[in-house]
This record gives sequence, C-alpha cells and structure tokens, in this order.
Amino acid sequence: MLDVSEIQTIDTDVMVVGAGGAGLRAAIECSAQGLKTGVISKSLLGKAHTVMAEGGMAAAMGNVDKRDNWKVHFRDTMRGGKFLNVWRMAELHARQAPDRVRELEEWGAVFDRTKEGLISQRNFGGHRYPRLAHVGDRTGLELIRSLQDHGIHQGIDFHMECAALELLKDGDRVAGVLAYWRETGRFVVFKSKAVILCTGGGGKAWPVTSNSWEYTGDGIAMAFDAGAELMDLEFTQFHPTGMVWPLSVRGILVTEGVRGDGGILKNNKGERFMFNYISERFAPETADTEAEAQRWLEGDKNARRPPELLTRDEVARAITAEVKAGRGSPHGGVFLDIASRRPAEFIKSRLPSMYHQFKELAEVDITKDPMEVGPTLHYFMGGIRVDADSQETTVPGLFAAGECAAGLHGANRLGGNSLSDLIVFGRLAGVGAAKYIEGLESSPKASDEQITGGVRRATEILNREKGANPYVLHGKLHEVMAKGVGIVRKQEELETAIEELEELKTEAKTLKAPGASQYNPGWHEALAMRSLLITSEAVTRAALMREESRGAHTRLDFPGESAEWVKYNVIIKRGADGAMEIEKRAKPEGPAALVAIANAKIEDLEAGKVGADV
Amino acid sequence: MAKRSFRVWRGDAKGGEFETFEVEVDSGMVVLDVLHRIQERNANDLAIRWNCKAGKCGSCSMEINGKPRLSCMTRMNIFEEHETITVQPLKTFPVIKDLVTDVSWNYRQNKRIRRFKPKAPEADGTRRMYQEDVERSQEFRKCIECYLCQNVCHVLRDRDGKNDFVGPRFMIRVASLEMHPLDTEDRIPELRKEYGSSLCNITRCCTEVCPEHIGITDNGIIPMKERVVDRYFDPIAMLGRKLFGIRKRTKSQAEGGEP
Repeated sequence: MLDVSEIQTIDTDVMVVGAGGAGLRAAIECSAQGLKTGVISKSLLGKAHTVMAEGGMAAAMGNVDKRDNWKVHFRDTMRGGKFLNVWRMAELHARQAPDRVRELEEWGAVFDRTKEGLISQRNFGGHRYPRLAHVGDRTGLELIRSLQDHGIHQGIDFHMECAALELLKDGDRVAGVLAYWRETGRFVVFKSKAVILCTGGGGKAWPVTSNSWEYTGDGIAMAFDAGAELMDLEFTQFHPTGMVWPLSVRGILVTEGVRGDGGILKNNKGERFMFNYISERFAPETADTEAEAQRWLEGDKNARRPPELLTRDEVARAITAEVKAGRGSPHGGVFLDIASRRPAEFIKSRLPSMYHQFKELAEVDITKDPMEVGPTLHYFMGGIRVDADSQETTVPGLFAAGECAAGLHGANRLGGNSLSDLIVFGRLAGVGAAKYIEGLESSPKASDEQITGGVRRATEILNREKGANPYVLHGKLHEVMAKGVGIVRKQEELETAIEELEELKTEAKTLKAPGASQYNPGWHEALAMRSLLITSEAVTRAALMREESRGAHTRLDFPGESAEWVKYNVIIKRGADGAMEIEKRAKPEGPAALVAIANAKIEDLEAGKVGADV
Repeated sequence: MAKRSFRVWRGDAKGGEFETFEVEVDSGMVVLDVLHRIQERNANDLAIRWNCKAGKCGSCSMEINGKPRLSCMTRMNIFEEHETITVQPLKTFPVIKDLVTDVSWNYRQNKRIRRFKPKAPEADGTRRMYQEDVERSQEFRKCIECYLCQNVCHVLRDRDGKNDFVGPRFMIRVASLEMHPLDTEDRIPELRKEYGSSLCNITRCCTEVCPEHIGITDNGIIPMKERVVDRYFDPIAMLGRKLFGIRKRTKSQAEGGEP
C-alpha cells in the first residue's frame, strides 16, 4: 500500500496550472495580491502555445483610428460571437484590454510603433478598426516573454515540466493539485487554498489542428471530474487558414494578419470567392465589389472592409464549400495570395515568420506565389463555466481563465481577442482567488485516499503486463472526431461518434505504456487520453444537443441561427454516477444598455445616439 | 515513401548508446516527424522535447548529423538519399533522457539579469518610442530560447565555463534591455564582472546556428563589449574620474543622449 507521507508535498496559497499568457498573468496578479504562488507547466517556461499567436492582441486604444473605443470593440465581439457571449465578460474585456496592453509595455514589451511613437494597431477579421497591438507576426512570443521576464522577479515558484493529474478537494471546495514531474515520473502534491486552471483547449482530439501536444483538455477534464460545470463546448473554432501541405505540417497556422495586410482568397479558377459568402448580418459593413475592397486597402476610410476579413467561422465555411464544389487547390485547400497584392519587402517586414515558415517547410516563397490553406481546429470557445468578474467556477476555490474558460467569445472568437482575453481574465482570476482566500475561515485538506487513488490510476498504465498502445488509441480518436465532429455536423454522425467514443473509453482502461516512469512520452500520452476522451465526449454531446447553426457550430440538419437557441447555453456536468449530465439552460439576459450597444447601427453608436450613458 | 536509417541516442545521465531504426519517410517530412513515427511505432518511451512544430517555440533543439538544429525545421530532403541520420541530444547540457537535456541553467542565468526599469510615462500617460528606436531591441526579442547558441558557444561547450559566462542568449538579453529606449537600469558593471562579457572571443558560432537569424555577435555581443570597454578602459574617462571625480558615464549618455 502506498504511503502518502512518502509523496513530495509543497504547500502554497494558490496553484496556477498552466504557464501560457493566462497562467503567467494570473500568477503575477496572485503574487501582487500577497499570495504565495506556484505555477506548474507541462512544458518549459515560455513554450506554451501562446507563442504561436501571431497577429496581435485586440485593445481599443484608438492609436491608429481615433473612432475606436471599448463600445465598438464590445459590439464587434458580441456580433462575432453571434450574441452567445456572456455580456459581462465581453464588456470587461473590451473595457480593460487597453490598460492590460499598456501594462505589458511597462513590463518591457516592445510593440511595433505608429509614426507618432504610439503602439501600432493592425486590422483583423471582425474588428471594425485597426485594433491589434502587434510585433510583426510574433505577438504571442512577445506577450509570453514579457510576462515571463517580469514574472520571474515576482517571487513566484515556477515548476517546469510538471503535469497536473487531478484536482484535490475537501468536501465541496478545492484543496490542491496532484501532479507528476515529467523528468522523473515522481508524484507531487500541491496543497493550496485555491487553484487557477489556465490549461488551454483540447485541439489534439482532432488530426488537423494548430495545437501542439499539450492541448489535451486537461483543465476541462479535471474541472469536470471535480464537479464543475462546463459550458458551450460545441463551439470549436476551425481557423480558416492552416497550412495544408506538406502533410506533416498540415494544420499549422497561417496568421489572419496575411488577410489583414491585404491577402485575398482564391479558388482554382482564380475567383475571389469570398464575395459570394457575405452573410446578411455583415453585408452592410462589407465591401461587395473588388474596387471597394481595393480602396479600403489603400486606406480609404469610407470604404467597407473586404470579405476576406469576415469572421473566422464564415471564412472557414466558405473555404470548405469551395473545396467541396471541386474548386479547391491541388492539396485540398484554397489559395491565399498576398504576393500579387503587396511588394516583397512589405511582406517580409510585416509577416516575417510566415515568410520563413513557408519557405522552410513548404518551399513556397510567399512574396512570389500564393499559399495553399484550409481550415484547422484552432480554439475552444466553450470550456469551464466561470463567474464573469471573479473567474470562479462552480467549485469553490477553483478558478479558470483563458481558453479553458467559457463565455467571452460566445459562438465564435474574433482573432486578436484571445491574447487580450488572457491578460484581462488572467488578472481577474488572480484578484478573484485572493478575495476567495481572504474569506476562508480554515485551510482545506485533501484526504489521503484521493491522493493514493490518483497515483494508482496513473501508475496502473505502467504496471500492466500488456495493453493498448496509447498512440494508436489517440489515432483512433482523431478518426472519430474528424469524421463525426468536424466543421459541419449532423445528428446521425454525432450519435455514431458518441458510440465510438464509448468504445474508446473502454479501450482506454487497458492502456499500457512500456518503459519506466522517467521522461516517458508513451506514459504521458496515455495519461492525456483520459482528458482528451472526457473533452471529446463533452464537445460531441453538446454539438448533438444544439439544434441550430451558430458561429463555429454548423449543423447540416439545422441550418441557420435559431431565434430560440440564442437564449440557451449548453451546460455539462458530472452526474452522481460519474456519467455526463447535459442541460439546455436559459442564458441570463444582458443589461439593456449593453444590449442596445450590441444591436446598434454602427453610425448610431458612433454618433452617440446609442450607448452614451454607459 | 522510402526507408531511411536513423541512429538515435538512447540513454540517460548514467550513459547510453545509439539505437538504429529503419523508418518509412514520406515526402515533406521533417526530422521531428520521423522521430514521432519511431516513438509511435518502435519506441513509445523515446524522450523528445517539442511543442509548436513550426520553429516558434524553440523546444526541439538537438544535434542532427553533428549540427545543432531545430528538428521541426530540418527537412528530410536536405540529406542524401542513402545518408544515415544520426540524432543526439545537445552536448552542452546534461542529458535527462534520450534527446532531452536539462536546460534549467539557462533559466537561472535569466533570473540574474536585472529587470526592465522603465522611465516615467509622459504627461498624457503614454510612453512614446519610435519604430527606428525599437528595432535594435526587437531583433533580440525575436529569440525563441532554443539554446542552440548556448550549445555551440566555445566557452560553455568546450571549456565548461558555465560559472563564468552567461552565454550568447543572455548577452543579447542584456543587449535587448540596454538598447530598450525606455529602460533606465544600468547593467554594464554586471556585464563585465558577473556575466563574463570578456570571455567571448567572437568566433560567431552562435550567430551561425541561430534559427531566427539574429545578429547575435555583431549586433548584440560586440556593442555590449564596447560599452564595457568605454566604461572601464577608456583612458581619458579613467583620468577624468581620477582627477575630477567625474562619475562613470550613465547609460543614457552612452546612448548618445535621449530626451
């Protein structure tokens, strides 16, 4: 029998799980609030997927176009999210993002500048004005490095290559995290009064994804197991432009900045097809001729935006339709062309890493030839349900921020709203955790049984004589999700996927990782399968329940947005028997002032006829 | 599709040896893809560190046919058709297992460097900087911390000088701060006395391996060395200090004067 006293134990006030932008910002805030703060990350510090964010972070600073302000940003976010966003989160985000960006500058970030010496801002899909603070096309790296270099001087304990297994609880409230060191395979118990999950999404359930190995839905699964509510997981964003060739890089992101800087989409007939896919909602604000789109590119402020800059869900569906109609590129995508639109020097200075990525991985010179691109699973809008102001989940002491939390983005996230999400809500989670801890009368304590149970579940995989290969099982999951829960969905396929997921869950009970526990990727893969399967099941069940097409969730059998369904969230939680309980729950109505802004004509909002009182 | 021979170093801190794998390689693959295929089919427990697979995170550094490289950016078609590919961990850092090394020393160096200390904002609350003034610092901030430069630095690799020199990565980290238009901190004394700036003898090996093509030596290390020389070895300044008690030059003066 395992003796708990032999397991390494670290005491702290708050544990942050994940060291991407949200985790680092949350930890910095916790530390500033006087809390003893620990951070664990599966990778080394500074390697989280935040580094892959390219285009920028959205904040209505109005440095490039003075007409911009938080209300326009809020309106764009709600419309991009097809009105399923949590009103208060969209408001907080739009209001606070500018201060968070300026704060990064105070911590050493070096953004690209305007001629006046201010932080430059670029155009992006769904944002009415140039709004994305950026550094070339490596903004995520700048964000994570700035937080990292600031954070290491804040007295935070960083534990690298340490992966969380389970949340520990004392009664209803959270009591810490059970984790293991990847290097040695040894277990460690972090006893803490609060836990902040900043674990990102679960893109690795799909074969074509921009996500790295880390994105296995760990936070979503751990929160589910701990009894927290999940929300709106059916909304999985397929970014319209991932690389499609060579096969080995299929899915790697091609920044929306290419289109923001003038890139256009063409089919194999050379047609600029996005003009055929302008939806009613965006028609008044989108150019309907190439001539007008060209004037916009040349800086005419009265010209409307080109249709390539429609929201990601719309562009991804258009590309899928073109390919399906036989008008795709040789490797099953479409063409993204900036070479014919901008001089080579402009492209190299604005999009340096895209230039290198294509040159080195696909042998394509994007200053001369078009790129081949297609949709790639990129982002989870849904996730753990949180309180908008404190980021607390429905489990006391458990908080969530960033991609693993639901609410800000509704049914579809605008590009650039993720990096700003991380710093706005990372900070609020830190404030929320501090308030929670201040109100605690006694420290929570996890039972020994929880710890030994978690350790046993993890080590069984190593100790089995023989069993299923974790990589093979992961491959099977890819097939199920690609076939049944892709960019367009329908009832029978989703039902089949649920059945197949049940089979995979059974098979997962027999996983075997050969070798010892020391830095053993096969074992790590097997442990991640548990999170992936819970996350995949939640996405699939939610997708089956929502009988409409909204944002990133498209149902062939229920085309179009339903006036009824916008009033509901899909909530999932663990039932008494461990099975998933799913509920269609009424979504709280927004405050009248915010509803008015979101629904206002842009002219009325800008003239102050609407929203002047907020 | 073709079969290729891969010799992969397997082992840990106690020692190890090369193991040979015959692997199917598809067109367009990079070395990391092949290693993943080995991991999936032949050796589930083969330890590799990787993340973004697009040359942006700097996790998958290793030595491939003797050259330090990012395995995610090393295409298979750069090798001869029948060439055996030998893959081993970075030599400069202690092995944990297989292709994974302990790079924590680098994180400790970063922590030694004095943090960014900005000047006060302007009256309207902003901090103006101009593009031409931030470009020098931005070049160094492209660094993805792959530590390939640290791996090939002679001081660190051949002379085990980890106690004396922070290495090229952190020389340019210091440079990125010293050349930051808003920074008011002075790191020149540490650069000379603690970070070992004089130990670099400018062989430019670090610059050659940088996957981000940062001018580590010419744009970062040499200017930093010059600032040390200006501060400590300029005879006129030394005389001035001795005779008239003139204080050592501050950073802003060395920059050529800023408003």
